[in-house]
Parts: sequence; structure tokens; C-alpha cells
Amino acid sequence: MAYVLQQLINGLTLGMIYGLIAVGYTMVYGIIGMINFAHGDVFMVGAFLSLIALTLLSGLGVTSVPLALALTLVFAAGIAALYGWTVERVAYRPLRGSFRLAPLISAIGMSIVLQNFVQVSQGARVKPMPELLPGGIPLMNSDGFAVQLSWMQIVIVIVTLALLAAFTYLVTKTPLGRAMRACEQDQKMAGLLGIDTDRTISITFVIGAALAAVAGLMFLLYYGVIDFYIGFIAGVKAFTAAVLGGIGSLPGAVLGGLAIGLIETFWSAYFSVQYKDVAAFSILVLVLIFMPTGLLGRADVEKV
Amino acid sequence: MLRDAALSALVAFGLFGPMIGLKTEVGVAAIELIYRPIAVLIAVAAVFFGRLALLAWKSTRPVAKAAPGRIAGGMAYVGRYLTPIVLVLTITMPFYAERYWIDLGILVLTYVMLGWGLNIVVGLAGLLDLGYVAFYAVGAYSYALIAQNFGLGFWTCLPLAGILAAFWGVLLGFPVLRLRGDYLAIVTLAFGEIIRVVILNWASLTGGPNGMSGIPRPTLFGLVFNSGGGEGSFADFFGLEPSISHRVIFLFYVILGLALLTNWVSLRLRRLPLGRAWEALREDEIACRALGIDVTVTKLTAFAIGAAFAGFAGAFFATRQAFISPESFTFIESAIVLAIVVLGGLGSQLGVALAAIVMIGGGEMFRDFQEYRMLIFGGALVVVMVVRPRGFLSGRTPSVSLGTKRKIGADLMTEGHG
Repeated sequence: MAYVLQQLINGLTLGMIYGLIAVGYTMVYGIIGMINFAHGDVFMVGAFLSLIALTLLSGLGVTSVPLALALTLVFAAGIAALYGWTVERVAYRPLRGSFRLAPLISAIGMSIVLQNFVQVSQGARVKPMPELLPGGIPLMNSDGFAVQLSWMQIVIVIVTLALLAAFTYLVTKTPLGRAMRACEQDQKMAGLLGIDTDRTISITFVIGAALAAVAGLMFLLYYGVIDFYIGFIAGVKAFTAAVLGGIGSLPGAVLGGLAIGLIETFWSAYFSVQYKDVAAFSILVLVLIFMPTGLLGRADVEKV
Repeated sequence: MLRDAALSALVAFGLFGPMIGLKTEVGVAAIELIYRPIAVLIAVAAVFFGRLALLAWKSTRPVAKAAPGRIAGGMAYVGRYLTPIVLVLTITMPFYAERYWIDLGILVLTYVMLGWGLNIVVGLAGLLDLGYVAFYAVGAYSYALIAQNFGLGFWTCLPLAGILAAFWGVLLGFPVLRLRGDYLAIVTLAFGEIIRVVILNWASLTGGPNGMSGIPRPTLFGLVFNSGGGEGSFADFFGLEPSISHRVIFLFYVILGLALLTNWVSLRLRRLPLGRAWEALREDEIACRALGIDVTVTKLTAFAIGAAFAGFAGAFFATRQAFISPESFTFIESAIVLAIVVLGGLGSQLGVALAAIVMIGGGEMFRDFQEYRMLIFGGALVVVMVVRPRGFLSGRTPSVSLGTKRKIGADLMTEGHG
């Protein structure tokens, strides 16, 4: 029982991270109908930026952990947003209206570029990071197994929920959110009604990249090690989460993220750690085959 | 113009400043930072002047575009003369080239074959397959396992490896081929990773991360190639000095034959109703369905035939290396093959061959810049998509036409939804 509870806590924390990345996938898919293949790598860049910022801050003598985390969050999200904007500007915008596979191939190219850029500039070695917030709240103790809710997990859950709340407000209540939803429904019509669609799409990428960078910071804090390859696997898993939740749906992305996090954690705990990626990938395949609209998605009407 | 360039430089500074300027290095006690301001300066300056040059070039370029037919026509003209030259140079290569170049030739030809195989799937049928390397792996491991467990030779196993890979193609393809283009891409990617992870972890069968070694070498009608000569060897039979380069040359001709077979089959397939259905499918899936083409079966055959050629190439790879491990079958390999097909112009046979020569051969030339190789590959994918979405040798000749065959330039082509 205690073991199950601990796995549940771990799974939900991991799910929050996947959910944050999945939001970026689902937004971009909703608005321009393409899979932003480089999104996972923006997440990886965000994790590296966080590492750089934390190291820099500790070098400058900032010892207060909350302050360091807040500064890192702002820094990583800001620079990663710049990455998101650049990726869209360089690799996707010129291809709008091109043939169907062009943006996808360009996105794969961008993903390779980002991965290898980080490998070249930061080195291929795995980067460890000392634990920033050790300890936690012991919840219960049964049969010699202590269930612990670590401070790190609390921070991750709170920051994620706060960001998602802010983001939901942005999409549902502000003029910018209205513009985004309008572009999602009909880009041409939105353009005719005076919405700057290019700008709206850019902002979508910027927000998605910032959220992914926050997820990168969480990942760094949670696992304590990163390398230039984490974006690929995490990206596919987050994409699975977006598809599972119903692509285009924001609550769906979070729900899917939580589901993937739980499945992965319980699979590792009860079956095998080696095959945990296989579990996530198999879910992607199964969902796409049997339930292409996902949990909360709308059925896609194909227009000719 | 100067303002635009300065703005780009500012963005570049934001991008490169932290990533290049502050390198994290694992130190003795904790992570240390290494400051590299010069590198950032160089990168930012490169972006500034690059942007300036691009803008200057754009402003001086004449607005009117070249007639779309001319480029394509010129390419066809070049292609008619280039193809036999390349072919002759390749066939006679063992007579004038050194060992190193022949080895490189084998590598390039393997990728040419993979590229032509993937071209059937991506270029002809328009299905983006990101897990192509999975079938390559299936072929390689099929040959290795059959040869080691049942003692069969290369030539018996070669068709078996192809059939097994095609079987896997059908097995994996059947449920997923109803999906839209980009979903299909992600699912094939997931399948590719699943197969790699299974190979990596099923250590009792595949040797796991240690791979499999001692895979038998191919023979020529029962004549073995070895450096010692002796009874029943190739050198002994023909009364030659025993030399290891005989095997290299033999392997060279084997892969050349396999690659040309791939090319021939895909050229012939284009003339079948099936091949025409593929091309129609690529152009407009909905129109195909309306015309009564069985979309699933058509896609499945493209998938299976493409997979079969990857299986052949995989078996060849296993026999050439005599050692295989999961490391050779990562997503990056799929991406490289895809890059070759894309750069070659999605459907052009000559283009794929040239792209493979440039990318693999060129990549080997710049071995010292190994780290930057993939960076350039990725960049090339983006640039080609932005500048010439149909690849360098784009343009299509319709397989059937009324009267004279007209080349369709890339600029005139549009794509249906599917």
C-alpha cells in the first residue's frame, strides 16, 4: 500500500512535467496543424539553460534557494522562448502553404540542429546537478517502507499548477487567447477579421517554448542529470500525452501527461525499467489506432 | 537593412550567449562554468554578416523567377549524360581506386540502396517513414540469427532477411496506415524505437548492447574469401595471390548489384498500375479514394517493398561488418536516410544517389569535424525545405501522358490533402 502511494506521488510529479511539454505540442498542433518535432529539443535546451543559470547564480553567491529558482525560471523561460520564436521564424514560417510533409521534415532538421548544437556547445557528457532541495515531508510509514513527499515534488506540482492556471486564463479570457482560438478555428477568416495571424502563431510558439523550458527546469531538479539526448524521448512521450488527451485540447494535454507519468512509473515499478520507453511508445501506437481523437478531443472532420 | 541585421545579431546573442558563452563542465566538486566570450562574438558576427549578405543578395536578385520548366528540363538534360558516367565510374572503381576508396564506396552504396528503398515509401507513395532503420535492423539481425543458429549462408539468408523485414513492415503497417501523414511519421518513429529497445534488452537472443559478432562472410558459389588462401578459396580457384582486398571488391560488387536491383525494381514498379496508384496517392489521397483505389493495400505494398529493401541492405551490412549492435540502428540513421531522400528530391533516383555520395562521402571526408557533421545534416534539411521544398533535382515526368511527355517543374506542383 505504502509502495503504491509512493509510486502514485512519483507518477503524478512526472506526469506534471510531461503535461507542461504536451501543452506546447497541443497548442501548436491546434493552431497550424503540424507536429512541432523540435519541441522536445526546446525542452532539452531549457533544461541546459536552467543548469547554466543555477551554476552561474551559485557562482555569484546567491544562496537563497527560492530566489535562485525564481531567477532561473525567468531566465530559462525567456531564452527558451527566444529559441521557440527563432525556430518558428526560420524553419516553419517560410513553409506555410508548402506541401504537406515539408514542415515536418524541416522540423526534424531543426530537432537535429538543436540537439547537435547543444552537444557541440555544451559537450556530450552527462551533466549531474547536486540536489537543491533535499528532504521532504514523511507521509506514512508502514512495513518499514517510508512514503515521502519531497520538497522538490511539492515545488514541481505547485509551479506547474500555477502556470497552467495562468495559461488557461490567458487562453480563455484575454484578447490574445481569443485571437489564438480564432486562428485555430479558421486562419484565413481570422486574418480577414484583422487578426495578425503570423504574430499569433509566433506567440503560440513562444508560450509553448517557455512552458517547455519550465518543464526542463523541473526535469533537471527532479532527476538531477541531463544530457543533450533527453529531448527526444521526453518529446515523444509528451507527444503521446498530447495525443492521449486529445490533440488540440489543453486540459486533455495535462490529463494525458498525468496518465503517461503514472503508467510509466507503475510500469517501471512493477514490470521492468528497461522496457518503460516501450510502454510509452506502445500506448502512442494503441491510442492512435483505436482512439485517434483521444480522451477529450473532438472528432476531426475531414474537409475536401 | 543594417537595422535588420543588427536585430538578427541581437537575437543571435540571446540564443548563443548562454549556450556557447557559458559552458558547463563537470568539475571535481561541482559543476563549473567556462567562459567563452570569443566564441560568442564569432557566432554573433557570423549571424550579423550572414544576414547582411542574405539581404544584399535578395535585393539585387531579379524579381522574375526563371521559367519553371527550364530548370527541370536542364536537369533532365544533365541527368541523361550524368547517369551513365556515374554508373561507369562506379563499376570500374575497383580497377583504379585504392582500398580506402572502395570501402568508402561500399558505405556510400549501402546508403544509396537505403535511400532508393525509402524513396519508394516517401518519394513515390508519399508516406513519411521515420522508423525505416527498424527494417534495416530486422534484416541485419535476421541474417545474423539465422546464420548462427541454422548455419545457412549469406545467399540463402538474403531473401529470407528481405522477406522477414517485409513481413514486419506489413505487421507494423497494417494497423497504422489508416493514419494521417504526420501521425504515421510519429508512429513509425515509435516502432523504430520499440524495435531498438527490444533488441537492446533481449540479451539472451541478440546479445543486447554487446551485439553479435562472428557473422559469416559471403561466398561466391561456395568459394570463400580469406587472407590465407588454401583449399576452396577464391584465390586458390582462380590461381591468384591470396589477398584480403578480393573480399572487399567482391562486397563492393554485391552491394552495387543490390543497389541497382533496388533501382531497377522501383523504376519498373512505377510503370505498374500499383506504382501509378502510389504516385496518385502521394498527390491526392481523397481523389484516390473517390476513384476506388484501395488506399490501405496500396500503402501497405509500398511499406512492405520499402521494408524488404531495407532488409536486404541490413543483411548486407551484417555480413560486411561481421558484427552488429543496436548502436548502428538509432533514430539518427533513419534521419540520415531521410535526409538523403529529401535532398535528392523525393522521387528522383539520380538525386538520391548524388545526395548519398555528397552526404556520406562528404561526411567521411570531414571526419575531423565529426561533431559538426550532424549539425550540418540537420541544417541542410531545413535549408532545402525552405529554399527548394521538392529537393534539388525536383520535377517529375508523368508516367503516363497524352502526346509528348512534359516535365512538370517543382513550382507548378501542389499537393492535395491526405
